[in-house]
Amino acid sequence: MKRRVLVAFVLTLALAFVFLLAGAMLDLGPTTIDLRAPVAAHLAQSGVTHPVTAVLLNYRGYDTLLEIAVLLVALLALLAVVGDAPVPPSRAAHPVLQTLARLATPLMIVVAVYLLWAGAFRPGGAFQAGAVLAAAAVLLHLVGLQPGWSRPRLGLRIGLAAGFVLFLAVATGLLTQGSLLQYPPAAAGVLILLIESGLTVSLALILASLFLFLSREEGA
Amino acid sequence: MSTGFVFALAGAVLFSLGVAGVVLIGHLLRRILAFNLMGSGAFLVLVGLAQRQDVADPVPQAMVLTGIVVAVAATALALALVRKLHALTGQLGLPGDVDE
Repeated sequence: MKRRVLVAFVLTLALAFVFLLAGAMLDLGPTTIDLRAPVAAHLAQSGVTHPVTAVLLNYRGYDTLLEIAVLLVALLALLAVVGDAPVPPSRAAHPVLQTLARLATPLMIVVAVYLLWAGAFRPGGAFQAGAVLAAAAVLLHLVGLQPGWSRPRLGLRIGLAAGFVLFLAVATGLLTQGSLLQYPPAAAGVLILLIESGLTVSLALILASLFLFLSREEGA
Repeated sequence: MSTGFVFALAGAVLFSLGVAGVVLIGHLLRRILAFNLMGSGAFLVLVGLAQRQDVADPVPQAMVLTGIVVAVAATALALALVRKLHALTGQLGLPGDVDE
């Protein structure tokens, strides 16, 4: 009985919150800070022509640098939690599924490279490309072609950290320009593509690791 | 009432559903899902309100893109912790939680 009262109470509060928020959003005046104009004004010297990519890797490159650092820390914490559990033998899926996964994987790699390249001038970029690559790895794991990962060896460790290290190296290398991550307009496009390539590899490995290390046997 | 507002409204509903879930549900897996629902709601409010005017503001969109990736990493870490808890205690809830 007590539980039912609690449920009713919480649901009523949640519903009231929806109406409050909806009212506040309906009542919203015109924005006092409009960032669209500054973003558009500096697009020409940002090195890319898509505004979201310009914000992610040029104007607010600092956010993206810290984001990849957060991902790396999350993965390290996950590795510390899962420990040294044994890798279960991969269960082979139906041959049709395996063949489909074998066919899909090269296509997914091509799509990832395209997304990385397209990020400069249309929706796309390192995060989407990395997510597609990681999905390919997860797909291969689910059909039994890619066993779950145990302790990361040197190659994987370098790959996981490469994106962050490359980004940090570019950021500190540009300190001579005056401030962190202030690209010279002439080289901005090349630098952003370089950073995004590193980010794609590391993001794909980190996202795939999050899944493949978790798929191990539960160790007590 | 624009399309953006509909997105923001859906975001507010999702967020509240998520909050109610986090408070009411004892099962940790479902609680993580509810937490993700909260995050998705917040993202929807951000992108929804960003396109109130005719041209969408790219800054909130970039922030949401960053947030989605961080949310995925946080979810994976939470799942790893839940698995460890289950391995150590055989429980999928926190001690002291009342669940039906």
